[in-house]
Parts: sequence; C-alpha cells; structure tokens
Amino acid sequence: MSTLAHVFEAEGIATVALGSMRKQIANTAPPRGLWCDFPLGRPLGKPGDAEFQHRVIAAAFALLESDGPVFAEFPESITDDGTGVESCPLPPRHDPDLHPAIDEARGLRAAYDRAIERFGNRMGAGRVVDADHVTDAIEALIRVQEGTPWKEAGIPGIPARVCQDVRGYYETAALGLSDHVPDAWAGTRWFLDHTEAGKVLLGARVAMRDAGVKQPIWFYMAPGDH
Amino acid sequence: MADRDMKALTDDIETPVFETTAFATPPPLAQATVALVTTASLHHPDQDDFAPVDTGYRVLDGSRRDYVTGHWSPNFDAIGFGYDMNTVFPLDRLDELAAQGVIGRVSDVHMAYAGNQFDLSTIRMDTGPAGGRWLREQGVDVVLLTPV
Repeated sequence: MSTLAHVFEAEGIATVALGSMRKQIANTAPPRGLWCDFPLGRPLGKPGDAEFQHRVIAAAFALLESDGPVFAEFPESITDDGTGVESCPLPPRHDPDLHPAIDEARGLRAAYDRAIERFGNRMGAGRVVDADHVTDAIEALIRVQEGTPWKEAGIPGIPARVCQDVRGYYETAALGLSDHVPDAWAGTRWFLDHTEAGKVLLGARVAMRDAGVKQPIWFYMAPGDH
Repeated sequence: MADRDMKALTDDIETPVFETTAFATPPPLAQATVALVTTASLHHPDQDDFAPVDTGYRVLDGSRRDYVTGHWSPNFDAIGFGYDMNTVFPLDRLDELAAQGVIGRVSDVHMAYAGNQFDLSTIRMDTGPAGGRWLREQGVDVVLLTPV
C-alpha cells in the first residue's frame, strides 16, 4: 500500500495512503499517510455510514495541503473487543442422513441467494467453488478431517482458496440472515466458532497440520490466530 | 479472536525502506481528477482472479459496482466490504464529493493490486510504476490508496 504511494508519486501522481496498522504505515512512510485505527479490512471504518466515511476522506484529502511529506492519525478509533458474533439463526436439521455441515450449508442457500440479490457477490463463493458446489468442498474437508490425505480428498482447488469460498458463502449468507451492519469479525467468528462447516474447516486444518503437511498449505485455510 | 490479535501477527513484519521520498504537488483538489487504488485485490467478475502471488494490477471501471475481492489473505474482515463496498472502495463517496464540487472529477478508471506480497521488488520496480504511468496518462492527479 505505502510502497505504491512512493512509486506513484515518482510518476507524478499525488497520493494519500490510508493505513490500519500504525507501525507499518509509519515505517514505510508514504508521502502522505493517514493512520486510521480501524479493524483490518475496514479502511474507511464503518460500513453503511457515509457520514463517517466522508470524515475519513476529508482527513485524508486535508493532507494534500501539506507542502512536504506528512503523517497523521485519524482522531477516532474503532475497536473490536473480540466478542461480537453475528446472531444468525442456523437452519434446523432437514436430512438426518447427511453430515450436519452439509445439511447446514444446504439450508443456508436461500439466505445466501437473498444476500447476493441485495449486496452482490463481493467476497465469495465463486473464486474456485461456486455456491452450487460449496457442499462438494465441505465434503472434501470432511474427508480430510476424518483422515484422508488432503491430496486424495478431492479438495477442488488450493485449500486456502477453497476455504475462502466456503467462508465467503457463509458470511454472505449471514448478511441474508441479519438486518444490521455487521461488527468487524462478527461474521468470521460466527462461521468459525458457531457453524458446523466452520468446525469441519478447522478440523481439516488441524488434521493436515498433524499429518505433517507443509505449513503454508494448511495455515492460510483460516485466520492466522487460529 | 480479536482484531488486535490479527494485527499482532504481522505488526513486526519487515517493511520496505525508501531512502528518498518522491513528492508530487497536485492541482487544487477542486480541479483535480481523483482515482482510487486499493490493495484489496478487487476485480470485476469477468477479469482474471488474482493468483497467489500476483504482482499485476486490474483496471476497475468506475461505472460498474460489481467489485469482487480476490485477496488471498484470510486475515482481514471481509463482511464489512460485503455489506458496503465503500468500506474499502469509497467510490460512491468520491462521486458525492465531485457532485459537491469538493473534487474536480472522479476518474473513469481505478486500479487494484494484491496486498499480500512477500516480495515487493516487482511492484516497486515494474508493475507499480507502470500502473502509476497509466493512471497519469488517463489524467489522474490524485490517488486515494486503501488497504484491507
């Protein structure tokens, strides 16, 4: 991010770089940098809050008035305390013969479709696994969790990308199940900690780690603090 | 899991050092053409997705709103962008500022790179300058850079 600021300025374009991590933006020292103490993934701070977003942009553009390199801090912070979880109702078991995660994923399809209709498809599924095949991906992860070597389990792509699509499917469905602006990380916490598919994903990741799979293959299947 | 835990994972990651700081002087904002450039790996559905270590860029059409994130990192909140694209890519806000006369005009084209880079040399020496030159050729004076 800040690297691009340096190279764009050398091409004659004035830049303002937003940064969410203070040490990184301060150390890279873009010509005009605004550190915003907001959660990762939310550089403008608050989804659905145009007035707040305008305040951030105004603070950024104010740096264009400087006649030399400048670093500033946005005066408001947004803190995630690690507890917010999307309060999404999970579908009741429909087919007891199915694995709970497969039954669950199927049951969320209507919510997923509603969210796509309202918000568009911005975060998956669809990179390598579309919504029609999310259950295929989950079935492959179940096999890994149960001991099948990952290369023989039928994972339909690079595991990290497949898991992003499963997570994207669930977090998009969460948007279809709620009527409020989601707190930062609340969708991810809901998926990983409260859904059957989240348990499967984390279980498959642990199984791969324990089987000695190279770290980059399994590590990026879930956020790095897990 | 909390945001501070995620930031702690990469807080000490080595950052590039620039011995000199280039500094371009823009025209007055009310006369400037402004573009967005994000490292959120955004692309349109009909463009190539970003590869795992993709040092290229995608040109984003400002008349569209079908932006998809192709970022490979699992370490950021994506649902905020899913709910409101302006959380990452505030194009609607720029359009409003142009309508108010705060900025001269919003560029018709914008740009996305992939932020999950382990080696920044190609972006620093090749695709970054190329993207900057291309934006300059499109008449862009000012770029707002947004990460995820």
